[in-house]
Amino acid sequence: MKILQGQGVSKGIEKGTLYFYHRVSAVVEQQMAQDPAAERARLEAARVQAMEQLEAMAERARAQAGDDAAILFETHAMFLEDEDFTGAMDEQLDEGYTAEYAAQQAGEQFAAMLAAMDDPYMQARAADVRDVTGRLLNILTGVAEGGINSEVPVILAADDLAPSETIQLDKSKILAIATQGGSGNSHTAILARTMGIPAVCGLGDALSEDLDGQEAYIVGETGQLVFEPDEETLAGLEARQQKQAEMRVLMRSMVGQKDVTLDGREMMVYCNIGSPEDIHAVLANDGQGVGLFRSEFLYLATEDYPTEEAQFRAYKQVAEAMKGKRVVIRTLDIGADKQVDYFHLNKEENPAMGVRAIRICLNRPEVFRTQLRALYRASAYGKVAIMFPMITSVWEVEECRRACREVMDELTAEGIPFNPDTELGIMIETPAAVFMAEELAELVDFFSVGTNDLTQYTLACDRQCSGLGRFFDPHHPAVLRALKAAADAAHRAGIWIGICGELGADLELLPTFLAMGIDELSVSPSAVLPLRSAIRKSTAAACTLDLLKG
Amino acid sequence: MKRFTYVIQDPLGIHARPAGLLVKAAKEFADTTITLTKEDKTVKGTQLMKLMGLGVKTGDSVTVTAEGASEDAAIAAMEQFFKNNL
Repeated sequence: MKILQGQGVSKGIEKGTLYFYHRVSAVVEQQMAQDPAAERARLEAARVQAMEQLEAMAERARAQAGDDAAILFETHAMFLEDEDFTGAMDEQLDEGYTAEYAAQQAGEQFAAMLAAMDDPYMQARAADVRDVTGRLLNILTGVAEGGINSEVPVILAADDLAPSETIQLDKSKILAIATQGGSGNSHTAILARTMGIPAVCGLGDALSEDLDGQEAYIVGETGQLVFEPDEETLAGLEARQQKQAEMRVLMRSMVGQKDVTLDGREMMVYCNIGSPEDIHAVLANDGQGVGLFRSEFLYLATEDYPTEEAQFRAYKQVAEAMKGKRVVIRTLDIGADKQVDYFHLNKEENPAMGVRAIRICLNRPEVFRTQLRALYRASAYGKVAIMFPMITSVWEVEECRRACREVMDELTAEGIPFNPDTELGIMIETPAAVFMAEELAELVDFFSVGTNDLTQYTLACDRQCSGLGRFFDPHHPAVLRALKAAADAAHRAGIWIGICGELGADLELLPTFLAMGIDELSVSPSAVLPLRSAIRKSTAAACTLDLLKG
Repeated sequence: MKRFTYVIQDPLGIHARPAGLLVKAAKEFADTTITLTKEDKTVKGTQLMKLMGLGVKTGDSVTVTAEGASEDAAIAAMEQFFKNNL
């Protein structure tokens, strides 16, 4: 057995034959041109042709992998229009060198500049410049791009793949990608993820051409390339493959379908996310919406209060990506247990019951206002819903609503677009909110139950305390009865109720949730498929509330 | 000459895509020179790779100037561009 370890940059497992990608690169020598004017015309013709190719590829990428992939080629086309780049080529031509040498020198100069920057994103752009230069050289020298000469799909191996190479290759021939260089930031990684094929980068020299034609397993999750696995390893790999195959079948059977039980009860299956990047996982798992977008990442990642603009962008990005599906964004939910220095929160003996979440917002209207403005502005770009955490009293919700109205009035006065019917909801995570659910339901458009906190506060069990073991029981009838009381109040008022805590993904409790009439379950993206599958096998009418008995 | 200073809000800074859009916007004003300055480095708004080479990150402060026949329109367009894209 032999295992090569790299960095897994796109998930999945495949078994196949390693196929080395042979790049036919143009050899460029430092040569003086016979006819300088002709060289200038050749280079200009090649530049125009390269731009045309890139435009065609942008269209192709847009169709295959979406706007994000297309932007890449549009950027390449812009490099070719850059006056410094063309200027650097002109300088070489002025010296009397050939078109090939001029293109190569100019490309190297700018690739080196980007590679020397201390920002990994910019370093990765050096590959883009080299890619564009390679395109020019191929056109100038008439070299065709390398393809995959194999009848069956292969694991494509290469030193590193340029984005234009990845997009031109026949996808039906590629099972997975393994490269010596590259990183999670590289376009190859991004494209592999978008296309849903496994990829492992950074394998180094260990990925040598001697391995060409050998059979291997590639595992994106672990970043491994496994040759001749021993029995135990093989069993693990096959189990993983089996699971992936099952998931794919599941996925295919469920994509785009409503989540209904056998007797026709509909359940909304949404996802919990912590940052805009997580949206890829939501879409990959066919989540029907975002049931909880934690806005804390904006506050935790910065050294000062995030501006309205920075927040607006993050919210807008998610709202747009979900294309009209609901995105529930929770206003900031921090407290003394989460370190955000610039909030200058006093140290508390018991942060779970301290100045946290909505309490901070109501005490500091400016912080709240900034976030609400960003949220309402984003509401013009998708189906945004706003959710307030840690509610215990009717007056708190009234104050939140007042703050929303003020923000809407401001935006109207400033002529900034927003959706005035943006849904407002609250989290049900305190016993007080359960007792007041009747009145609270009259003030909002939805409830979402945070089961972790509801368990903690109902059972008087600190979530952080390690010794509580069997006392901290989210299945406790008291917790489930609290949930039922909130659900009944919601339904009497005609609003929907969801669960966004960990309990939502607990398949053992699914029948209980169905019996209560819970309308939405929001879970981590990876839990979506098993949950949907379980819903589709359930019969709501046969579900009971037995677990609520003491 | 007209100028303004702007603090970059975009989490990625002036990365490839906004840089490309900025160049396009700057080229609209052929009779006016638009520049960007970060610390002691200045580049023209039409220089795509040099613009990326500035390495402007989120939270960085950049000064934008416009000088020429359409400097009023150019600086207004730039301010709008930065607000919308960066």
